[in-house]
Amino acid sequence: MPRAIYGLLWIALQFAVPAQAEEVSREQIKGIDEQVQEIKKDVLSISSELKLLEEKLLYPSNTQVSLFVSLAGKEKFRLDSVEIMLDGKAVATHVYSFKELEALQAGGMQRIYTGNVQTGEHLLKVGSIGKGADGKEQHQAGEYRFKKGIGPGLVEINLAGPGERSSGIEFKDR
Amino acid sequence: MYGKTFCLAALLLVSGTPPASATPSTELKDPFFGEVLYYAHQHRYFDAVSRLDAELAQYHGVDEPLLDSLNFHINQAEFSVGDFELGYRMHQRAGRAISAVIEGNVPAAVRNEAIYRLARLLFQTQDYVNALHAIERIRGELPAGMENEIAFVKGQIYLANGRFGDAERIFAALEGQNGYRGFAAYNRGVSLFAQGQDARGAEAMDSAGSVPGSERETEAIRDKANLVMGSRLLEKGEAQLAGKYLERVRLEGPFSNRALLGAGWADVKREDYRHALVPWSLLFKRNVTDPSVQEALLGVPHAYAQLGLYGKSALLYGSALEKIGGELDKLDASIDSIKQGRFLQALVREEGRKDKEWVIRLRELPQTPETFYLMELMASNDFQAMLQNYLDLEELRLRLVSWGTDYAAYNDIIELRRRYYEPLLPSIDAQFRKLDSVIRLRMEQRERLDNKLKKMLVAPQPEFLATSRERVAKERIAGMEARLKGNRADADTLHRIERLKGVIQWDIATNYQARLTEAFDHLAALDKDIAALQETYASFVRTRQAATQSYQGYDEQIRRLGINTDNALATVNTLMARQGHLLEVMAVNELARRRQKLEEYQVQARFAMAENYDRASKARSQEETSRLDAGQKTPAKVPATGQPEPAKAKEAP
Repeated sequence: MPRAIYGLLWIALQFAVPAQAEEVSREQIKGIDEQVQEIKKDVLSISSELKLLEEKLLYPSNTQVSLFVSLAGKEKFRLDSVEIMLDGKAVATHVYSFKELEALQAGGMQRIYTGNVQTGEHLLKVGSIGKGADGKEQHQAGEYRFKKGIGPGLVEINLAGPGERSSGIEFKDR
Repeated sequence: MYGKTFCLAALLLVSGTPPASATPSTELKDPFFGEVLYYAHQHRYFDAVSRLDAELAQYHGVDEPLLDSLNFHINQAEFSVGDFELGYRMHQRAGRAISAVIEGNVPAAVRNEAIYRLARLLFQTQDYVNALHAIERIRGELPAGMENEIAFVKGQIYLANGRFGDAERIFAALEGQNGYRGFAAYNRGVSLFAQGQDARGAEAMDSAGSVPGSERETEAIRDKANLVMGSRLLEKGEAQLAGKYLERVRLEGPFSNRALLGAGWADVKREDYRHALVPWSLLFKRNVTDPSVQEALLGVPHAYAQLGLYGKSALLYGSALEKIGGELDKLDASIDSIKQGRFLQALVREEGRKDKEWVIRLRELPQTPETFYLMELMASNDFQAMLQNYLDLEELRLRLVSWGTDYAAYNDIIELRRRYYEPLLPSIDAQFRKLDSVIRLRMEQRERLDNKLKKMLVAPQPEFLATSRERVAKERIAGMEARLKGNRADADTLHRIERLKGVIQWDIATNYQARLTEAFDHLAALDKDIAALQETYASFVRTRQAATQSYQGYDEQIRRLGINTDNALATVNTLMARQGHLLEVMAVNELARRRQKLEEYQVQARFAMAENYDRASKARSQEETSRLDAGQKTPAKVPATGQPEPAKAKEAP
């Protein structure tokens, strides 16, 4: 085969646009994309309404308690798992994937538990396993008494790596 | 024409700057917004948008939004909606959300950031003209830390609109900025090439191709710049220089196959066939589904033929034919598999939700032959957008199916609560009404006492604070006086009565202040009890209300949600079928295109193999004749196949 043809073939291949026999037109692609956006909008609307309904039906504000996990110190601490007990009863355990850990390190907060409790004082116990900057496994535990009032009870559980501060687990009423 | 194609290709292939960070700029005050970010950072945009929509609706619905904890992050939240919607490929809604911020009463920096985001969105949706109109509306103060990002997108928009001179100036200014050097130089090179300033363009592209750094993006832009330079030079016939650039491309990067193929062709152009075999032999061993590798299957024997090694060339053409035959069978199997719906099944497998590289990895799995040839197609914008839509639709379908079963569970919960509370509530209500009337009476009494005491502070009324003993005594004295009125009482008795009255009056008057203080103390103590009573009362009312609300007023909403869910599910199924069909058509078309190309290679290889066998035989017979002529009568070895053996002496390249 002549070299020139080979050369042209290669150059053409670099910028080749796939040719289709039974064509899929841009209008078809655009049209269906717009319809997909529309249905996403509809389903999001159902989802938001359903979320509010679930909250009202399953976790009314006068009994609702939500626990959030966040990270302090961001990059140094590799959180592996968390275990939570509320009034002596295990209510949540979670093993973190890499993506979840990254989301926490980037400043996100994980709602790890939502449930119902009576108004009054409650005892929260948290245990965590993770690795610090030195790679050593670290077990931490902390407890916190919080008072549930008429409104929803929101407690943030803030976890830090070893040596980042005096207490590894801090609690904040939100 | 070439310039335009080149530009668009370059635009499509160059990575943009990373999207603006959704990390909160201040400490998180609202945990629910933190939860939204948690999902957004994992690219779970449906969950992020859905939660943020609900949060914003609640924020705008409350009487005093300034007291809501979301108020600390409201600007970021309003922006984030657009960002997350964009991440969820809802361009229309994202555009509306961002436009709403632009039209609001916001500071210049916030407004400019919104305009920038809108322009970026329009650019990403290939609406270049409107992107240009938008980006040129930026006036005044720019959002802190985003100056370079804005300038870079502006340059890309100018480039897409053919304003190459403006784009060039922007990219030139950005080249000195940290993190932009390679990208800016590359895009400046593209701008200059488009203006016909090849020498300056080459200089810029050369700079992009030698930018230092080991980050993934830097390595990619470096490879890309070198590949573009190599291709251009090869096209111009400057093979020596082209080879220099193509050899700079990393051997393991995404552009390596194309660079190796080009490097081989650059050598061939210089008639250095021996050297061409080096990159092509590397390619020869790579994944045979790659177009560059397939071309190298023919390139290697072509080089051997040019070196006069016809026998080796013929054998390699034979081997290429075998491989091409195998690949054609694979392509046929892939087309059949796609037509049977297996491609779509593979795309929505469970693993896909855990690994975003899943579609690429599919190629490695023997059980998914339909995906082997789709790498190039998968890299195209249209196919990616459609594929993502299909995956999004599948996710929506799973959610809708799950919600459909949830409604039945909610109805069960409501019915159980109704059965429990309804028989209890009438008697509880009757008791409550009795207690309520008593409580109201006591509350009125307390109000009266409070009013009296307040009046006494202004106009003292000692008599009101007389003790019961004093009142009884005064009544007895008054009785005595009444009895004595008709009779003649002696003066001593009357005097004694007056004295007793005086004593009582004295006590009442002199103890007044102390008694008033004591009365206020008692009222305060009473208030504490009343507060506790009111709390119990309110708690009862709330509990009573919660009991009713736990089963009343949901029926209509759940019924409506159920209907909406069913309708949405039907639409999703229809759209999935249509979107799936388009994906299949595109995939089959791509495979057919690749099949056609392979068939062309097959024809070329057959001819070339025959030609090279002929040449090898001819060379052998010429050699034999020469030997005979020289008096050497050594017989030629004929292989069992009957084909002449290639000339061994010349085989090693």
